[in-house]
Amino acid sequence: MLFQGTENYIVSKDLSIAVNAAISLQKPLLIKGEPGTGKTLLAFEIAKALNKKIITWHVKSTTTAQQGLYEYDAVSRLRDSQLGSDKVNDIANYIKKGKLWEAFESNEQVILLIDEIDKADIEFPNDLLLELDKMEFYCYETGETIKAHIRPIIIITSNNEKELPDAFLRRCFFHYIVFPNRETLKEIVNVHYQSIEDKLVEKAMDIFYALRDKRNIKKKPSTSELIDWLKLLSVGKITGAELDKVLSGKSEIPFLGSLLKNEHDKKAVLGSY
Amino acid sequence: MFIDFFLLLKNNKIPVTLQEYLTLLEALDKNLAEYNVESFYFLSRTILVKNEKYLDLFDQLFAAYFKGIETINTSEFIEIPEDWLRKNSEKFLSPEEMEKIKAFGNLDEIIERLKELMKEQKERHEGGGKWIGTGGTSPFGAYGYNPAGVRIGQESSRHRRAIKVWDKREFKNLRDDVELETRNMKMALRKLRVLSREGKKEELDLEKTITKTSKNGGVLDLEMVPAEKNTVKVLLFLDIGGSMDDHVELCSQLFSAAKFEFKHLDFFYFHNCLYENVWKNNIRRWEEKISTYDVLNTYNSDYKVFFIGDASMSPFEIVYANGSVEHYNTEPGSAWLKRIVEYFPYSVWLNPIAQNEWKETPSIELVSKLFNNRMYPLTLSGIEEAVAALKKKG
Repeated sequence: MLFQGTENYIVSKDLSIAVNAAISLQKPLLIKGEPGTGKTLLAFEIAKALNKKIITWHVKSTTTAQQGLYEYDAVSRLRDSQLGSDKVNDIANYIKKGKLWEAFESNEQVILLIDEIDKADIEFPNDLLLELDKMEFYCYETGETIKAHIRPIIIITSNNEKELPDAFLRRCFFHYIVFPNRETLKEIVNVHYQSIEDKLVEKAMDIFYALRDKRNIKKKPSTSELIDWLKLLSVGKITGAELDKVLSGKSEIPFLGSLLKNEHDKKAVLGSY
Repeated sequence: MFIDFFLLLKNNKIPVTLQEYLTLLEALDKNLAEYNVESFYFLSRTILVKNEKYLDLFDQLFAAYFKGIETINTSEFIEIPEDWLRKNSEKFLSPEEMEKIKAFGNLDEIIERLKELMKEQKERHEGGGKWIGTGGTSPFGAYGYNPAGVRIGQESSRHRRAIKVWDKREFKNLRDDVELETRNMKMALRKLRVLSREGKKEELDLEKTITKTSKNGGVLDLEMVPAEKNTVKVLLFLDIGGSMDDHVELCSQLFSAAKFEFKHLDFFYFHNCLYENVWKNNIRRWEEKISTYDVLNTYNSDYKVFFIGDASMSPFEIVYANGSVEHYNTEPGSAWLKRIVEYFPYSVWLNPIAQNEWKETPSIELVSKLFNNRMYPLTLSGIEEAVAALKKKG
């Protein structure tokens, strides 16, 4: 059971080795890389390729590690006790299972995606050390230990907003997705659109790489933006000849807004064409 | 099996641990590398390297190891592995022994020889009279004795005779990436937390709930409050260059710990004493000056301010106009320090010099007085004292 990419997700050899090593050694895999290089998508594609269920846990600045395990809703239990509900007698009724609990409890191997782990508080990764290492945790309220029947495949993504603690990193495998080179990018485009003519793609990619090479651009357009842009080009029936004009500096890039997402970058580009 | 490779990475400061090495062996055991160098490269990279900033170094080392170590370009390895230089077997020489050692030669000769040795030497070395290492009598390495020696990676000169200090990098920006042993400092700094309740109400206010429920005749009336969050705001002023070079490691650690601990943190550099300008980027310190007045105008007076410096200078640099060693200052440093302390009532000075030596340097006493005696040593307990002092106005 090896992961080699799927028909619409091109995976480089280093990434597939990283994924397969993480799966067979049962370690979480930490994925970093430029935005838009398919970090989050990877988990979904692994799920598809290996035909497994995926559980996603999107981390926000307010997310705590405990929420991933479980939450005890004491307030509603208190309220119910006033109303004389029978539910009150069993504390388990007020335990809300988190994503990790869900993943551990599952009877088949699942993929657990912990998305954007760097968004949370600095203590967040440290609070999950034991849980990810031993794949078990203890629920104080009910006095039970939740242990993974089958260790889930854990994929963690980070956008580098915060440094992750060493102790946490030691327990993970790490892969940095670099921006694809032209060949790989073309393969990726082909996977998404078979019908777009080759010449148009070539020219679009010339413009795209030229944009990425501009030094005064703050947010470089990435793979996902190129895919969207190509879609617009083909829907808008833009021809190769029109892109030639752009390349020779005679006209502006069509649908620039789908490549560059902020005013500063757009001005920087429009000024130079 | 790949223990040399592992040590090569470790010696070149890629943070790898035994646990990861064992994992790599386990992976090889499971035949994940398919007996192919490229696969082994990808596999070892994913297991051993945990941060993209080490990827480049890893690539170089990997290439070097698998090509054979003799091809390493020595200029890329100016940073000598710390492991060689660890002070674990100091050799104390008697004066007679020192007499016996003759100077190896002039400086150029020594450097030439050092380059040669760096090519030859592959392992950590201690003692002896030829190799680079610690506690020996060769002209290279630390904690040894040779009247014409080159000092490499030594915290303090034992004999104060070294000609050239290789580990000194002048005006180097403080690295905030050293995460070494900063945890204790973080714990000390953590006490500075100012918790306040802002934003969404998500916690049960027990006391109010009880009061309201009793007023309600026993029918539950829930009262919620926002969760507590750390809202402390911190400014760091760091003395850099000159005599502070000796304390760079310690300051980096503090800086790193502070950066990790406080969300609202800003920092500025100065040299020796605070004057009308500070800067944030030490490499471009003359181009990117920031007026100290701007700092005063930008930050509220409820910021907690740390000055970190050895305060060791000529007293002229503090009390006289034009006293600065670097430029013409129209106002004396003392005026600026006073202004800061008056504006920021919560300010302290942390001094990396041992407290019992403070009396010997008049400028330290001067600065300490300007800070209303709120100067503390840059040690764990000193930081704790400083944090406690910051709870009250100076």
